[in-house]
Amino acid sequence: MPTVGVKRDLLFTALGRTYTDEEFDELCFEYGLELDEITSEKEIISREQGGSKASGASDVILYKIDVPANRYDLLCLEGLVRGLQVFMNKMEAPRYRRVRPVSGEPQRLVITKETAAVRPHAVAAVLRNITFTQERYDSFIELQDKLHQNVCRKRSLVAIGTHDLDTISGPFTYTAKPPGEISFKPLNQTKEYTATQLMSLYKTDSHLKHFLHIIEDKPVYPVIYDSNGVVLSMPPIINGDHSKISLETKNVFIECTATDVTKAKIVLDMMVTMFSEYCAQPFTVEEAEVVYPDGKTCKYPELAYRKEKLSSEFINRKVGINESTETLARLLTKMCLRSEVTGAGDEIEVEIPPTRSDVIHACDIMEDAAMAFGFNNIPYTTPLTYTVAHQVGVSSCTVGRALTLAPPAVHIANPKTAEFQVARTTLLPGLLKTVAANRKMPLPLKLFEISDVVLKDETKDVGARNSRRFCAVYYNKSPGFEVIHGLLDRTMQLLEEKSARGDGYHIQAAEGKKGGGGGWHFRACRNSLNR
Amino acid sequence: MTSCWSVQLISAELRSSKHWELSGEGTEIAEQGSHEARVFGSIPPQGLTQSDLMKLSFGKIGFSKAMSSKWIRVDKAHEGGPRVFRTVESIEDQVREKLLLVQRGNSSQLEEKEKNELKKRKLLSEVTVKSYWITKGSSFSTTITKQETELTPEMIASGSWKEKKFKPYNFQAMGVAPDCGHMHPLMKVRTQFRQIFLEMGFTEMPTNNFIESSFWNFDSLFQPQQHPARDQHDTFFLSDPALAHDFPQDYLERVKKVHSEGGYGSQGYKYAWKVEEAQKNILRTHTTAVSARMLYKLAQQEKFTPVKYFSIDRVFRNETLDATHLAEFHQIEGVVADRGLTLGDLMGILHAFFTKLGITKLRFKPAYNPYTEPSMEVFSYHEGLKKWVEVGNSGVFRPEMLLPMGLPEDVSVIAWGLSLERPTMIKYGINNIRELVGHKVNLQMVYDSPVCRLES
Repeated sequence: MPTVGVKRDLLFTALGRTYTDEEFDELCFEYGLELDEITSEKEIISREQGGSKASGASDVILYKIDVPANRYDLLCLEGLVRGLQVFMNKMEAPRYRRVRPVSGEPQRLVITKETAAVRPHAVAAVLRNITFTQERYDSFIELQDKLHQNVCRKRSLVAIGTHDLDTISGPFTYTAKPPGEISFKPLNQTKEYTATQLMSLYKTDSHLKHFLHIIEDKPVYPVIYDSNGVVLSMPPIINGDHSKISLETKNVFIECTATDVTKAKIVLDMMVTMFSEYCAQPFTVEEAEVVYPDGKTCKYPELAYRKEKLSSEFINRKVGINESTETLARLLTKMCLRSEVTGAGDEIEVEIPPTRSDVIHACDIMEDAAMAFGFNNIPYTTPLTYTVAHQVGVSSCTVGRALTLAPPAVHIANPKTAEFQVARTTLLPGLLKTVAANRKMPLPLKLFEISDVVLKDETKDVGARNSRRFCAVYYNKSPGFEVIHGLLDRTMQLLEEKSARGDGYHIQAAEGKKGGGGGWHFRACRNSLNR
Repeated sequence: MTSCWSVQLISAELRSSKHWELSGEGTEIAEQGSHEARVFGSIPPQGLTQSDLMKLSFGKIGFSKAMSSKWIRVDKAHEGGPRVFRTVESIEDQVREKLLLVQRGNSSQLEEKEKNELKKRKLLSEVTVKSYWITKGSSFSTTITKQETELTPEMIASGSWKEKKFKPYNFQAMGVAPDCGHMHPLMKVRTQFRQIFLEMGFTEMPTNNFIESSFWNFDSLFQPQQHPARDQHDTFFLSDPALAHDFPQDYLERVKKVHSEGGYGSQGYKYAWKVEEAQKNILRTHTTAVSARMLYKLAQQEKFTPVKYFSIDRVFRNETLDATHLAEFHQIEGVVADRGLTLGDLMGILHAFFTKLGITKLRFKPAYNPYTEPSMEVFSYHEGLKKWVEVGNSGVFRPEMLLPMGLPEDVSVIAWGLSLERPTMIKYGINNIRELVGHKVNLQMVYDSPVCRLES
């Protein structure tokens, strides 16, 4: 679950009132969020690095809020506030609009064919006449980070670049070049580096080193230039220092490069819907054109509003409530899903805004209606499903077979530790380890396990199957084979197996080495299978 | 004495006192002076060769002590060998004086520090004397009658038991522990949960496959291939056998379509779905994979019949290990499939299930799972901690999962799950999961753990 840290007082100012911690916790619970932690920067540093390092840090109270993984519109203070205000009927959801530039042509981003080999897609947009404060700027950077970690799958699917439009001039070119041919001054550096040099430079950077692998071994690296050859960025690694954003920036050019174009559009929509609040014309976004190698042009951001029709009967039936069509339409509007009664029977037309890319089916709308109604207000009912229970029987028990040959094991590709390399094929090592770890216990130790092992099996669709095993260990100053023998006899007795060669079970010495520790190796054979 | 005490002939009170005593060496020093003082005393004005000094019995120890107290000095360059001289006119043999104090019974005049120092040099020791003050007991008499310890068949036969005095049973001691086996607490709790499900009419699912394909574990559940849970960091992949095969082909095509293009009323995820990704074998991350297989099988039936399924079995996640998390644990899952089930029905069945665990106060929080919508986290009120704690996760399976399988449109499937380890650790008061599961299990805990009654 992604966690968003917001300054409590900023949050309350934006919400227009203060809350006690309990009141806010309650509000979060109803909306599907979780107030995970109340802390401060000072506390965090103190906890992670020791009290002395924390002395200069801020005391400002931070709320750490857990947000559902599919709600990209709640990953920053702006989005949280908007969602909560609409939920509490304090405001209407804003309408986001894409607009043409006031004068002149829209900004253009031209994609060349070289990018196809490494990172084929790009989208772009402009935030015009925006005003940043320190807080808004910090939030802007934080959101990019959160989106990168979350929907962008650590920049591998999508990477966001934001630039001061007044320091660069379009049209922009998105291309890919061999690393040796790319040279620029990256963000926060004082001199120019080639892309090859940057790969080595960032190997020790705790933040950036995790992204290098995305392009490192490719023959060409992605790069965006402006019309004067200034490098905007080398996605997904780093932006250029030239076009960096400051508190004074008034016009922002956002570009997202990607391997998944659907995600790129969603990410761009998120960035612009959240921060267009601070534009001179709030919630308007200036369009940009992206030209593909084949000449096709697309306008971004999409900011699509999708309409879906469903009946109030559907919602009532699925949730188990009985509300009127009008009430349901109102409840949905509270969740930023603006809804209207169409008048055709109990039909509701729902408008899904660009901030709710998580709504892909009518059932998502139905859940939002239930949330707005309040899960804990739903009367609970007992399903009338009549069924008779059945238990899984103990299936065939293979006693102590195959002790001479190592059975075919299943191997793990990414084991956590050396202990995790294969799925176990026998229960014995586990029991012996337990004995070893519990040697101080009074003797004798008599341990057993009835559990599954895993064996390769080509006849199964996954190539492996479980096999139920029974294993017992007797550990004492004297070996006591007769104890284990007795246990076996009793077990067979309970399973109605006779002690007899042929139609029953018997024990015979196994060929090969003695077992470790001087014990004998025996094999119990059974002719009849399958109970 | 103890036997007299036990029959109340006498009553005894244990008293103990401590005092300091000189050791053998300490006594010697008290009489003759400390080693260092004797060294000092044996050096004439013209000094003494070091070798001669060392021949004296107190020489070695005394020499180093006298040097450190600066009572003597050594002239190493003196002709005839190193020679020891006095540096002061006279000395105070403090060690001897302190020991004399103790000998006379005035040890309280010394500080603890001084006494401990002398103790270190093995000149003093602290002695504890335990004594019993004895007074007449309630049944005092000057004769002792022997008490019988056991009733024997002969006594009964002869009737002599009527005249015998029997030793009272000692109820303070423990009895003889019976020889018995013990079930692991996890198994005890598992049995209870299994019992609860069976009482509610749930049928056990066959979960004997730890190895699962990504297709059944993720894709059929409408979990997209780009989902972070399918990462190396969260899931264990297999190198051998690496890939699964034999998928029901037309079902696979429908799954591919709903992921990449949508359908069944859904927008889908709109990404390029790859069969290679679905073929990857893994250690299953949840038993919901088995539920998916069972629901698919159910959908292939001629006529739909409602079902209730459950499973309690092992799952594997490549997560950060800590005091309460291991890479493998047991998942408990319940599934109900029927026509027209509602969210209210899910809450109802959760109430029934948790009531059998003794939990009656429940609260539901909206949550998110890739394969359920709506999803709810289930919270119960913990009287001890005075707060709401999460006890499980639940939801209604998405149409994108059920419809490609071929289940009728009006069939709803509700499900919930929780881990087995957590309630076990809470029930048995275990804080570290490694004491419960794995070879480092605390066997004493297993021997001692009580019967599992989940409702209390």
